[in-house]
Amino acid sequence: MSTAAAHIEEDHGHHHKETFVTKYVFSQDHKMISKQYLITGLFMGIIGIAMSLLFRLQLAWPEQSFGVFEVLLGKWAPEGVMDPNVYLALVTIHGTIMVFFVLTAGLSGTFSNLLIPLQIGARDMASGLLNMISFWLFFLSSVIMVLSLFVEAGPAAAGWTIYPPLSALPQAQPGSGMGMTLWLVSMAIFIASSLLGSLNYIVTVINLRTKGMSMTRLPLTIWAFFVTAIIGVVSFPVLLSAALLLIMDRSFGTSFFLSDIFIQGEVLHYQGGSPVLYEHLFWFLGHPEVYIVLLPALGITSEIIATHARKPIFGYRAMVASILAIAFLSTIVWGHHMFISGMNPFLGSVFTFTTLLIAIPSAVKAFNYITTLWKGNLQLNPAMLFSIGLVSTFITGGLTGIILGDSTLDINVHDTYFVVAHFHLVMGISALYGLFAGVYHWFPKMFGRMMNKNLGYIHFWVTAVCAYGVFFPMHFIGMAGLPRRYYTNTAFPYFDDLADINVLITVFALIAGAAQLVFLYNFIHSMFYGKETEQNPWRSNTLEWTAPIEHFHGNWEGEIPHVHRWAYDYSKPGHEEDFVPQHIPLKKGEEELQH
Amino acid sequence: MNIFLILTVLVLIAIAIWQITKIFELSQPKKVNTQVADDSDNNLNGKLMFAFLIFIYGITIFSFWAYGDVLLPQAASEHGSEYDTLMWISFGIIFFVQTITQALLHYFSYKYRGEKGKKALFYADNDKLEMIWTIIPVITLAGLILYGLYTWTDIMTVEENEEALVVELYAQQFNWKARYAGEDGVLGDANVRFLQDFDGRNLVGIDATDPNGFDDVVVQELHLPVGREVIFKMRSQDVLHSAYMPHFRAQMNCVPGMITEFAFTPNKTTEEMRQDEDIVAKVKKINKLRVEKSKELIAQGDTALDPYEFDFLLLCNKICGASHYNMQMKIIVETEKEFEEWMSSQQTFAEVIQ
Repeated sequence: MSTAAAHIEEDHGHHHKETFVTKYVFSQDHKMISKQYLITGLFMGIIGIAMSLLFRLQLAWPEQSFGVFEVLLGKWAPEGVMDPNVYLALVTIHGTIMVFFVLTAGLSGTFSNLLIPLQIGARDMASGLLNMISFWLFFLSSVIMVLSLFVEAGPAAAGWTIYPPLSALPQAQPGSGMGMTLWLVSMAIFIASSLLGSLNYIVTVINLRTKGMSMTRLPLTIWAFFVTAIIGVVSFPVLLSAALLLIMDRSFGTSFFLSDIFIQGEVLHYQGGSPVLYEHLFWFLGHPEVYIVLLPALGITSEIIATHARKPIFGYRAMVASILAIAFLSTIVWGHHMFISGMNPFLGSVFTFTTLLIAIPSAVKAFNYITTLWKGNLQLNPAMLFSIGLVSTFITGGLTGIILGDSTLDINVHDTYFVVAHFHLVMGISALYGLFAGVYHWFPKMFGRMMNKNLGYIHFWVTAVCAYGVFFPMHFIGMAGLPRRYYTNTAFPYFDDLADINVLITVFALIAGAAQLVFLYNFIHSMFYGKETEQNPWRSNTLEWTAPIEHFHGNWEGEIPHVHRWAYDYSKPGHEEDFVPQHIPLKKGEEELQH
Repeated sequence: MNIFLILTVLVLIAIAIWQITKIFELSQPKKVNTQVADDSDNNLNGKLMFAFLIFIYGITIFSFWAYGDVLLPQAASEHGSEYDTLMWISFGIIFFVQTITQALLHYFSYKYRGEKGKKALFYADNDKLEMIWTIIPVITLAGLILYGLYTWTDIMTVEENEEALVVELYAQQFNWKARYAGEDGVLGDANVRFLQDFDGRNLVGIDATDPNGFDDVVVQELHLPVGREVIFKMRSQDVLHSAYMPHFRAQMNCVPGMITEFAFTPNKTTEEMRQDEDIVAKVKKINKLRVEKSKELIAQGDTALDPYEFDFLLLCNKICGASHYNMQMKIIVETEKEFEEWMSSQQTFAEVIQ
């Protein structure tokens, strides 16, 4: 056991006097930090989703005047008509916020922080201080990202992948001026935050597990967070280097990514750089990022499906193996974003091969979820519904990956709405469902109160219908050849017959947006007025539910419980209850499943 | 029609939400509400899971019925049919898997909805099953990978040959230009440094000291002869662009500082495409929509829309700035004779800079 943990163990018992600032603002307690992550993430989520609704309005009714544009966008929507530069800025910031600020920090930050110490039986993270710094760096980067929206020439608008030269040259578009500088600074700080967080998670899982909590008894949530942190540590620094080189190209006249450019009547001095190099560096993080977003959601789902199905997760070993396989493969598939970037076609063949291999562990996971449901006793709480919903969108979205991962087929659907449909279903909606499932499930642990289930049901069913309503038809307009990131499709009469599909999609999107208000109301209302929870409302096996409802630094009064079994002894024959928590010793003659 | 459809959907959804809330409320008799799902919640949501399966099937069938005709535009290049075959095979497989897995997932969610006093089956492992659903994807994917790689190599291998027509596609914010190699079949050297020579008449920056460039022809409308391989050399002068020609199943990024390549052989002329049954139907549909739209526009005092006629598309498909959505060039595929006639009426670089 590390000294930090020993130190905390000594400390615990005589509680520190905590001031408001140390308890609620600069807290080093993982549970408070987790809540801070969640609330910051939700706030960013509101901005990100609102932006998507704005550009969906423009797509359905192109170049029409909307009062809401005039109010929200001001001078960027003269007479209520959205400017094309603003459209690009909105899609860019929507992507950035949703991928990094909501689904990376909001999801992983919240639940890794809440669950790693509680589920492995630790008093706190290995370093509370680093954990606190990690959150406040994230907060700072969020503030900078939001501030960038108010820059004179507008925020970054080169797409969330910010490919140079578009992102490097202020002459190329207004968003590549101050807005892009702030974007890069914000992301650099975000990466620092993410690295500090990830290192902390890794060290904590390796060193601070309670007695009996072997790696093969870890809940799948922890496995997912642990492996996610490793992927983050491996790949985020590469994005940082890309961002730094881009800053150098932008501000100090280097030519890492730029060469032979003539713009606005002027030949620029850049020589010998290559935008393709940037693409490699970006996607070396960019693709693992998909799994940084998705794996925690899958981990949460594994835990929730087993608990609410009152059944052991099927194929624990295969689940762990597939997490590891996905993590490994995720770092060697980035080139499938670049089949037509101009890189050597032979590389395309290699990346097709590695990419399609990912379908194998993914399929194993999907089948294991389905088998876990088989002959279960499903308690269909909102958390469970979102988890089942996740499996559904994960399958629907994942399958089209077989088309996009195939370099040949990618030629004609690359950068069309087919891609938009694919990644929104497989990582956007799936990870969002994971986030919602986690919030509904662990809300009692976080706030000591229950969320209203009926509002939860409405939230799920409306969202579930709308998610398909929005993204399913997008496959069709994508296959028809409609490129993404077009301000309007009216410049091509050829696409006129797709206009009504765009209207349908926008209507579903607006309803889905409204449904999130139900969640927001439920969340805030339940935080203060929700029904007070029992200690273990879902009758779950994992250790967090043995900790008292009331939060204090150190998690458990007295000794940390020891672990005697895996996390999934649900409905085990020979036991009266349909769950046997991890800290209950084996009965005489009871066999433990070997993993 | 659209507005009616939207209103109907909105009303139906509102009714659905209202009804679901009511059912939820009614199904919970006055007893201690723990906010944990009870039997009636399980029962209702289990049934809704089944309904959701029907919804997924429904939206799939509806989409294919209503929008099936827009899927994959008619192919007009030699490798197009190869591409389409692979696409439909892949689609068939994922369609099959989607149908089965969604059915199992939602049916199980419905069938095994919780009931008080029921106990789940303690079933944690089965190596044989894991093996089966590892091996089956492995075999299927191995097939797809091999087939895909074979096709990929076939499409992407660009071999210089005498017969082929060499065309440079030149991208800039926000339009396209094309350069033909002329009689010598060789494109003259070019660089953005030469763009300002000859008072801006050197549209794509040809090096005037390279004799290969004198007979090059620079145009703003792309003409291609049918049945002859075209090798595209792509350049960009400012930011990344992507030359996307959906009917030819062709796409390649244009990267400042390097030359990228893509080759295909057009096998249908623009005229032939305009006679194609599906295209005729599509154009008719689009023109009907445009006439309706024009009526609205005229009522507002605007000018009517022009009727639409089919043309091959070259679109920019890599975000490149404000007018990215309108960066296009007309492609005309014609017979070799028409092409030669058109070509002979164009000015060569030497003539332009004189």
